[in-house]
Amino acid sequence: MTDLIAKTPCAGLLPVSHGGWSLSEVDCGPITWLAPFHGQAEALDAALQTAHGLGLPRPGNSTRAGAARCLWFGKEQVMLTGVEPGDALAQCAAMSDQSDGWAVVRLEGADGADVLARLVPIDLRPSAFPDGAVARTLCQHMTVTILRENVDALVIFAFRSMAKTLVHDVETAMVSVAAQHAAP
Amino acid sequence: MRIEGKGRIDRGNKISFRFDGRDHHGFAADTLASALMAEGVRLMGRSFKYHRPRGVLTLGSEEPNALVTVGRGLAADPNTRATMQEIYEGLEARSQNRWPSLDFDLMGVNDLAAPFLGAGFYYKTFMWPKAFWEKLYEPVIRRAAGLGALSGKADGERCDKAFAFCDVLVIGGGPAGLMAALSAAQAGADVILCEEENGLGGRLRYEDEEIGGGRAHLWADDMAERLAAMENVRIMTRTAVTGAFDQGTFGALQRVSHHLAKPGKRPRETFWRIAAKRAVLCAGALERHIAFRDNDRPGVMMAGALRGYLNRFGTVPGRNVAVFGNNSDAHRTARDLAQAGVNVVALIDSRHDAENLAGDVPFYPGAQVVRGLGRKGLDGIVLRLPNGREERFAVQALGVSGGWNPSVHLTCHMNGRPVWDERLLAFVPKDGAVPGMRVAGAARGRFSTAECLKEGADAGLEAAKALGFSGDLPRVPDAEAGRYRIGRLMAVAGKGRAWLDFQNDVTVKDVKQAAAENFRSVEHMKRYTTQGMATDQGKSSNVLALAVLADATGREIPETGTTTFRPPYTPVAIAALGAGAEGKGFAPERLTTSDESTRARGAPMIEAGLWYRPSYFPRAGEETWRDSCDREVRMVRENVGVCDVSTLGKIALQGRDVGAFLDFVYANTFSTLKPGRVRYGIMLREDGHVMDDGTTARLSETSWVLTTTTAAAGQVVRHLDWVRQAFCPNMDVRFVSETEQWAQFAVAGPKARELVNDLLDTPIDGEVFPFMACAERQICGVKGRLFRISFSGEHAYEVAVPARYGASLFGLLADRAEAMGGGAYGMEALNVLRIEKGHITHAEIHGRTTAFDIGFQRMLSGKKEFIGKALAARPGLLEESREQLVGLRALKPEQPLPAGGHLFETDAEPIRENDLGYITSTCFSPTLGETRALAFLRNGRARHGDRIRMVDHLRDQVTWCEVTDPVAFDPEGGRLRD
Amino acid sequence: MRITCPICGERDRREFYYQGAASMLDRPDPDADGQVWSDYLHLRDNPAGLTRELWYHEAGCGAWLIVERNTVTHEIIGTELVEAADAD
Repeated sequence: MTDLIAKTPCAGLLPVSHGGWSLSEVDCGPITWLAPFHGQAEALDAALQTAHGLGLPRPGNSTRAGAARCLWFGKEQVMLTGVEPGDALAQCAAMSDQSDGWAVVRLEGADGADVLARLVPIDLRPSAFPDGAVARTLCQHMTVTILRENVDALVIFAFRSMAKTLVHDVETAMVSVAAQHAAP
Repeated sequence: MRIEGKGRIDRGNKISFRFDGRDHHGFAADTLASALMAEGVRLMGRSFKYHRPRGVLTLGSEEPNALVTVGRGLAADPNTRATMQEIYEGLEARSQNRWPSLDFDLMGVNDLAAPFLGAGFYYKTFMWPKAFWEKLYEPVIRRAAGLGALSGKADGERCDKAFAFCDVLVIGGGPAGLMAALSAAQAGADVILCEEENGLGGRLRYEDEEIGGGRAHLWADDMAERLAAMENVRIMTRTAVTGAFDQGTFGALQRVSHHLAKPGKRPRETFWRIAAKRAVLCAGALERHIAFRDNDRPGVMMAGALRGYLNRFGTVPGRNVAVFGNNSDAHRTARDLAQAGVNVVALIDSRHDAENLAGDVPFYPGAQVVRGLGRKGLDGIVLRLPNGREERFAVQALGVSGGWNPSVHLTCHMNGRPVWDERLLAFVPKDGAVPGMRVAGAARGRFSTAECLKEGADAGLEAAKALGFSGDLPRVPDAEAGRYRIGRLMAVAGKGRAWLDFQNDVTVKDVKQAAAENFRSVEHMKRYTTQGMATDQGKSSNVLALAVLADATGREIPETGTTTFRPPYTPVAIAALGAGAEGKGFAPERLTTSDESTRARGAPMIEAGLWYRPSYFPRAGEETWRDSCDREVRMVRENVGVCDVSTLGKIALQGRDVGAFLDFVYANTFSTLKPGRVRYGIMLREDGHVMDDGTTARLSETSWVLTTTTAAAGQVVRHLDWVRQAFCPNMDVRFVSETEQWAQFAVAGPKARELVNDLLDTPIDGEVFPFMACAERQICGVKGRLFRISFSGEHAYEVAVPARYGASLFGLLADRAEAMGGGAYGMEALNVLRIEKGHITHAEIHGRTTAFDIGFQRMLSGKKEFIGKALAARPGLLEESREQLVGLRALKPEQPLPAGGHLFETDAEPIRENDLGYITSTCFSPTLGETRALAFLRNGRARHGDRIRMVDHLRDQVTWCEVTDPVAFDPEGGRLRD
Repeated sequence: MRITCPICGERDRREFYYQGAASMLDRPDPDADGQVWSDYLHLRDNPAGLTRELWYHEAGCGAWLIVERNTVTHEIIGTELVEAADAD
């Protein structure tokens, strides 16, 4: 039996740096889509607490416990990252393994919102988009999920198949903004 | 010429640049216009229609005359206003609209022909003969017309777009804007201050006055520093707010690197979309001209501009200067010039009762300038005194002020109409014209600096308070509080051509002519004369033209109205609006996990929506795509082929009510599907036409996977969301796309099971895994999915693994298939295989076909309700005379049956009235050795065996063919069940 | 143009997909008369003033919205989820 070789979505594309920013690929570990069954949101919240020590995030937010993070990911759906989902979650939520479905990149550096302002039509400054905040929005033409990890790090989840475009678009913005931040 | 001791430029920093091939020098902080003026250049452009010599008129973006092209080749930027272009070392600018040179322009002959070229000339002259328009008139006119020229090639330089957000957007950085920003920011609001120029201060940068006991322009510098130090203030200079849109959205154009000798990787411009909760418009006011004979001679300028060049740049266009106005502000120009030691020959004020506010200068109240003298530059003026006597003065420059127009433009972008103010003789903005936007200062007709400061402070604070912030008004310093007075004078009576719109060469006579020909509506007058069009949109002339039209039609100005102010306020290049969307930015590319390996195998890629898929995999010795395609088809029919099908939409559904939900969205029944089985289904739109088709697998009691076509994946998710949220809110069903998670490959052909078993941890046979079976299986030790479904009509499987293993699995499958006499196949072969089998794609379910049309009427369940059921039963959709799906075979096997070709009876004339249908898909079938097609044919199911004629009018092709069942190969389906 | 999604907050119009009149929510009974179905499919008001429309937050949370809007002033009076809020 032959072994299959795993390849990450951004293999060969990252990391890159421009100005004070770097863009690198993130290995989130397992990514599991969870959607509470009808009327089961509270039960899922409790099950998440029991299994992983974190609660169900409100829209636009994420919760965190150790390596596990749960990101709001749209109407009635969240993504659990960093841990294999506990079996009990299946009692109250639909589940789908999405570990291979997402190109996940981290933009690090001060004022990363300035870079993404070229691509993303929402206010990502820390005052409006603080640590742990999550948004479903656009990045140029792609629907993405954006998470603020901390004041200097924004994480973008895009479709795996669009990894090349994601890197192209973000890097183009990095180059442009880095040039503008430099003294003439 | 430069006046010693005047100006706020850096005389220690000399800069060289070129204009029309000649070397020039200026200083840091000069604009191209001020630097050329300092060097004695007055002629800067030629007009659009008559090619009249023109000089700089203004000092801002409203400039109609001094348009130049900056840079060369791809980077050439036409219609750059010399008044806005900051000079830098090595700047190269060229004048426009002239040939061979600015000084000697052959097209200047148009000016001599002017008596024939007035308003409506083109409309009246080039009417007939009709055929001449396209062949002769238009090409000739096009060659002569145009304002500057683009390179005609793709732009090498980049523009950017960006989004910004704030509580309060302050538009304009003059005295009102500075105070507005300060008071809003001090109250705690997040403020963006946009200023079109390269620094803050607005008019203060061009005036010689005091604020709070100090120089006004230094006060502005201090304010700029103070605001820049505040964390909640963002200052955007060189950024013109160009439009006000719905819900507090504003467009703004930032000139990022036009002023830099070495822009590096900076974009040229950035187009901003700013979302603001409140806005304060402090856009100031623009001066207007007065129409009199030859008022367009280079050297005639706006009085405020003349004063501005003196105060800011220390430049004047000539040694002897006159000032002509109808208002008190003109006097300041005469005063400043005289104080600077310039010879002010005359201050002429058309108001009889005017007092001289300019000090010791020759003053002519009640007089009018009736003519400008000179050709390529002003060398004198003719004055008509109150007693009717005319007098000549030798001057090189004339400052003209016909009054100030508040910059109401943005208040009109959402249908607001400005209001005529009889005291100011100008339009002022209507309150509340743009929701959430207040207007302050000169933009509201409050022209003194003191009023601007006060109004700005009030408006800024009020905007912040409306958002729940609180604070006190900042202290408003003392400032100039002189009262503005104006008397009505728009056009001086007399013979000759008195110019209104310099850019489009519209004269007083043209407007009167329009009125005489009954173009009385201001909008009609505009279009008939071209008044107020092009880059400056008539900013210095529109009100004059309205006044002339009002007079000519016996109406007042309010009755006459204004033309509509539309965005953008200043020109915005399409490149900036569409920034980021060129080249790779046009659309995302979706690449499968097999993409790299596929390209490495030499496969040409085709686009399928956003996806890229292989057309075919060429091999040595194959000369055309057909060679490869035919071989790949035979490979699948005889051995085994491998094809990446990951692009098909895969939607996971879970919950107790999935079966019921699928029954509602699909025309056929799914609730009866057993776990471990797959079923084909069609989905209708509510209007009864087919939306999409695909297979749905029930992996377990509660877990289902639905597939969509590649093209319709997004549409289907949207539709499922719609149906669930709108009609099934209480169903226990949840779904998510898994398209990206799985790399999925079709393995098809008589040897498919052999190949698949090679990879499965536990091999299968026909009994444990019959046709339409599905299961989760270990594939090379990885948890995957296996489906026994077939689009090719062969014994086939689809093998899915998590996408990280996709590249690896594809390589493995393709290599092993090759070793078995097969290999990878592309879209061309896939298409042939499915046409041979009569399988449909969106070429057939193209939005206008029903289940009845494609022969699937019996799939529509009578036992349940579903989307599209009621309307699919409309009698008109069930008539036998409808075009029905059939197969076609060419009677001469190699003759083409092109998609798009139409069908006719063999003896009927191939005209529209006799049209029987059309071809949707076509191929040469290597399996059957003939050209095959799928087509829609009237009453087609009853016509199998008939001979008809295909006519393709576009390709001039006629092919006789036979109507058949859509399924041409293995109609019993024995191969796929094998 | 900006639309306030009840879930995500105020967003730029580009994140939304426009469907059409909110009357599509009033799906007739399966057994309703053909004319009723035909009216449902084809007839739309074209008001100068208030209108209720369906928008889909496609590049956002995936919620279908009813947006009440004034076609004359472009004012958006309100937005709500197509689905009853308590189903969340």
